[in-house]
Amino acid sequence: MTRVCIAGAGVIGSLLAGHLAQVCEVSVLTRRDAHADALNAEGQRVSGRSDLTSRVVASTDPAALPEPELVILACKGTDLESLAARLEGHFAGATVMTVQNGLGAEEIVGAHGAWPLLSSVTFMSGTRHSDTHVEYILDTATWIGPYRDTTPADAHRVADLIVASGLKAEAFDDLRPAQWSKLIFNATVNAVAALTELPHDFHFAQVEQLGDLGNLVRDLVDEGKAAAAAAGVELWEDPWEMNVLATRRGHRHYPSMLEDVEAHRPTEIETITGSLVREAQRAGVPVPLHTALYRLVKAKEASYSE
Amino acid sequence: MKICIVGCGAVGSLFAAALAQLDDVEVWAYDASQPHVDAINANGLTLSGAGDVHATLRATTDAAELPPCDFGIVATKAMHTGAAIAATAHAFAGGCVATVQNGIGNEEVIAEHVERVIRGTTFPAGKILEPGHVQWDVRGDTTLGPFEPKPAPFAEVERLADACTRGGMPTHAVPDARGPQWRKVIFNAASNPIGALTGLTHGRVCERPDLRALVSGLIAEGKAVAAAQGIELDSDPEDLIDHAAKPEVAYDHKASMLQDVEARRTTEIDYLNGGIVRFGHELGVPTPLNEAIWALVKGVEQSWLQ
Repeated sequence: MTRVCIAGAGVIGSLLAGHLAQVCEVSVLTRRDAHADALNAEGQRVSGRSDLTSRVVASTDPAALPEPELVILACKGTDLESLAARLEGHFAGATVMTVQNGLGAEEIVGAHGAWPLLSSVTFMSGTRHSDTHVEYILDTATWIGPYRDTTPADAHRVADLIVASGLKAEAFDDLRPAQWSKLIFNATVNAVAALTELPHDFHFAQVEQLGDLGNLVRDLVDEGKAAAAAAGVELWEDPWEMNVLATRRGHRHYPSMLEDVEAHRPTEIETITGSLVREAQRAGVPVPLHTALYRLVKAKEASYSE
Repeated sequence: MKICIVGCGAVGSLFAAALAQLDDVEVWAYDASQPHVDAINANGLTLSGAGDVHATLRATTDAAELPPCDFGIVATKAMHTGAAIAATAHAFAGGCVATVQNGIGNEEVIAEHVERVIRGTTFPAGKILEPGHVQWDVRGDTTLGPFEPKPAPFAEVERLADACTRGGMPTHAVPDARGPQWRKVIFNAASNPIGALTGLTHGRVCERPDLRALVSGLIAEGKAVAAAQGIELDSDPEDLIDHAAKPEVAYDHKASMLQDVEARRTTEIDYLNGGIVRFGHELGVPTPLNEAIWALVKGVEQSWLQ
């Protein structure tokens, strides 16, 4: 695999572009011309856990980019529909991989073209300092699995490429157990952080007294587990243990939904908690607490205009 | 008779000024704010708005100055009850102490320090404009009744209610004051924290059908906890919620808890949703939504310490 297109150059896209360009030819599809111009002129810089600057070819027009063998859609869930629509009719020979939080990204993309599809979830994180500079903070893995017209071997090849570029990745024969683990973890931690404006810290694991925040976190995780079980998914990791471990990492992580509400941006509540609530409904499992948090976060977004 | 107002904030000042109109009552005010106490002693206490009242009374920040009193009326914020009654209890060794505070659980704290306790709920509201000057926003009734585990004699409850009424604060003495108290707590617990968590005014909360359904879920849990104690609510909190959402009533009102959150003041959540959860826990009545809301608002308070 020698040509990869990164579509959507936020934190995750920039991390992937900067690293992958060390081992293959990388093009970047951006939303803004100025962003593409800056990347063409300066390349993509990565600091933090990596220290590199990579040459990339960037454009806002897919037709102006070289034909890739792999397209990684790295935008937020809220932008996925419009990004997939821009790719319609392009890159017919490529395999397309989604990395969005939540469930259902693959269906959205699949509706815009017949590309073979891979699913993935990523746990790495960073901070975007400029159009051409991203800081690599959490060096956790990206998990990849087959979705449509792809095989476990395809997932392995992409994982190998990402590992060769200096990031962490792992291939799975079936991604759903990992995807659900992350979905439950994300829906819980992001919505609680968005409403309390607490970073993901020790409060999320505190269960000593009635009313402690960790009790709510655990109840939310339990609702998610019941929904997963009803959907026939055996979880890869226990989201409660993921939560406890993450709060012990020793630094305070700011979940993306917390950053969104602080900046009065639309959050990913619809693609994260919304997809969990819809899947639970489909499986006939009540999730009253996730439903309550979904409503509260939607209402908090509505208050931005007050 | 001698009556001491314990906590002479907005609500305490309404009672203090009203009672000080009576020739047969000597009013004392105990408060932590030196400027407010000094202003009252120098120029008296002034109410304006829903009623214009000027009153002369003795105020102090030093509980040792208080004479033995026939009655105490505790009007502090709920989280200050313990400290305030511990400091002033000596003045009520031969008297009775009423609470007109928000939430539930205040009587229990007062009863740890004095022998004869009066359960109470009040609807009037106001705010301190400057030391010695309180704006009276809302007129309303007060209900008093003996606190069952450590009751004041009913004749004494009637004597206090009569004095308040004669002073201009309509007050009813009833054998069981739990109905009005729980009605107010359930109303506050279902509306205040939703405003605080979302940033929306009461009217905007109620016009979002999904959020209004969450309010109903909170109310239903509160009603179940009240019913388990054999408490008959004097009116349906659902009706109060809809009434308050009318444009001419409180559509644009920012819940006091939202005002607290915006000013980063500790809220009364422990005595509203927290109180419902604690009573529910003891009675074996599940209150998952109130527990979630309690934990979230506590999380908001904890975020200020970051």
